Amino acid sequence: MASGPVPPLVALGRDLRGRGLPVGTGRILTFVQGVAALGLTDRASLYWAGRTTLVANQADLETFDDAFDEWYRSLREEGEPELSLEFNLPPDPEDFEFGDEPAADAATGVQTAAGWQRADEDEEPAEGEESSLRLVASATEILRTKSFAYLTDEERHRVAKLIRELTIQVPIERTRRTRAASKGSALDVRRTLRRSLRTQGEPFDRAWRRRRTRTRPLVLILDVSGSMAPYSRALLQFGYAAMAAGRRVEVFCFGTRLTRVTRVLRTKDPDRAMHEIGRIVSDWEGGTRIGESLKSLLDGWSQRAALRGAVVVLCSDGLERGDPELLRTQMARLRRLAYRVVWANPLKGSPRYEPLARGMAAALPSVDVFLSGHNLESLEALAQALAP
Amino acid sequence: MIDLPFSNVDELTAGLDEHAYLADRGLATAIYLSLSLGKPLLLEGEAGVGKTEVAKVLSTLLYRRLIRLQCYEGIDASQALYEWNYSRQLIAVRAMDAADAEKHVQDLFSPEFLVERPLLSAIRAGAGAVLLVDELDRADDEFEAFLLEILSEFAVTIPEVGRVVAETPPAVIVTSNRTRELHDALKRRCLYHWIDHPDLDREVAIVRVRAPHVSEALARDVAGAVERLRALDLAKVPGVAETIDWANALAFLGADRLDRAMAADTLGAVVKDHEDQALVAPHLAEVVGEDG
Repeated sequence: MASGPVPPLVALGRDLRGRGLPVGTGRILTFVQGVAALGLTDRASLYWAGRTTLVANQADLETFDDAFDEWYRSLREEGEPELSLEFNLPPDPEDFEFGDEPAADAATGVQTAAGWQRADEDEEPAEGEESSLRLVASATEILRTKSFAYLTDEERHRVAKLIRELTIQVPIERTRRTRAASKGSALDVRRTLRRSLRTQGEPFDRAWRRRRTRTRPLVLILDVSGSMAPYSRALLQFGYAAMAAGRRVEVFCFGTRLTRVTRVLRTKDPDRAMHEIGRIVSDWEGGTRIGESLKSLLDGWSQRAALRGAVVVLCSDGLERGDPELLRTQMARLRRLAYRVVWANPLKGSPRYEPLARGMAAALPSVDVFLSGHNLESLEALAQALAP
Repeated sequence: MIDLPFSNVDELTAGLDEHAYLADRGLATAIYLSLSLGKPLLLEGEAGVGKTEVAKVLSTLLYRRLIRLQCYEGIDASQALYEWNYSRQLIAVRAMDAADAEKHVQDLFSPEFLVERPLLSAIRAGAGAVLLVDELDRADDEFEAFLLEILSEFAVTIPEVGRVVAETPPAVIVTSNRTRELHDALKRRCLYHWIDHPDLDREVAIVRVRAPHVSEALARDVAGAVERLRALDLAKVPGVAETIDWANALAFLGADRLDRAMAADTLGAVVKDHEDQALVAPHLAEVVGEDG
């Protein structure tokens, strides 16, 4: 069985996993093999072998550096003289005892989707009595116009369900890929040739190809500072609905700084996702720096491709604490990249509201659709605004 | 394990040096591990830090053929793996003798009608090749899944011809500019290295190696200026390629040192975005190191 230098190496992998990095058995095995291949155990070799094999994302490098420092220090403190290089690598990864593995992302995703389905079915009114149905309908009517900020927990759940039921149509775009079609702009030589064999090589019956279409990505940028949380939560449900409908969805949260939360959304159910986001995003109660957050989205994340041609929905009250001029230029940049920019501002739900806040006024010229997004009714309007 | 002309990281670094590629310890380790473990190496980093160059220099260093698959939006299997030469088949069909049709149809799918694309070439060449999958982030998810399949098997079945298998897989370098996140499954199969901008001394050395006619003093000026540019919060941060371009441009104009006027005239070689240029203009004196 694995002994000697292998357990400490495995320990580093497990520690990283504990810090939230996707480090599976395969990666750890590669790490061990890598150290063996280098034949060296000085700090730099271990560091680079680990970094090359255990990390696959630039954003995780910092976490790795911290974990490695601690690990390396503890290695020395324990008085382990030098890591000897007598590796007894088991021939088969199965022989490695790594303990419980976290389920693969994909599997969890499937489970969650299935869980949803079940939950939905359970919540369906069991008896198809007309009266109870009507009751539901009128209750829904009230819920539609009630502001998200004033919902009770029970109502919140019901609204969440209704939001998930919104049919979300996202505009489509044409891709560079083609598919076989009965009519089209490009000749499908391959199929034409096949057909020509039937007519003694005369390309009589011609086949065509046409460019494929796909839905545009949906990018949600949610303000999670103080008062905005209930509205952002609702929009997050909206993101779930879009993702469940098979759309490409990216979600970012910001208060004073920007955090990408798409990953959380992929693996957890909606309520737990919101909870998880609360944990990740540290500045729930901070001020709002929309301009700066947008800037870091536009240049830092290199997510420009996700934004390019996307439908971007920004949810914020527009009360910018930073420089409105920065917000203006960043919104203009966003507009140039995105297909459509929607701004949902819950304050707009008040009949007396006018976008006088300097931030909002600076952003408006670059906004295609400006709506309130404070209740279910307006989210329906949002769904319509997204439709082609 | 594959036979390599070097037996540790230092020898590899020295070998890369000889071929005018200055790799730091991290990159050299990543390359060494990739070659000795037979795993693809995924390189990410800002544009112009020399990701593609790694594959090129490796092919010279290992005396292997460089096979490059440039990814782009809409690339699919027929452009990456193989395709039949339809026009030629069509002509052959026309020229056929109807009597012997059955035999001719066999001929239509003989290797002479097969158009080999980069991935098939790489599988055939096996250990004799370095396969560069360039800018994978430009291709779409479907293609990534397809590539994953190829990278795990290094085998392909062409229905009309049979199965082609690489006895020893080629060395594989995959690059991405991170315009989108690559799929985890693909990353799991690869070793990963993030190439950072080099530090000042290394960048000076790179300029000197890549553009030998540029004087040491000019190289140092340019590298210093680029380093200060990178600190300026630009939308498009200049890479090493830009540093070399700029040094080349200045040397071509006969400059021995970088001054403010020279920098203003040649700024387009290094800052290639209108808004960035506007941002740099007022700081030009600082950038070239003429404080005050």
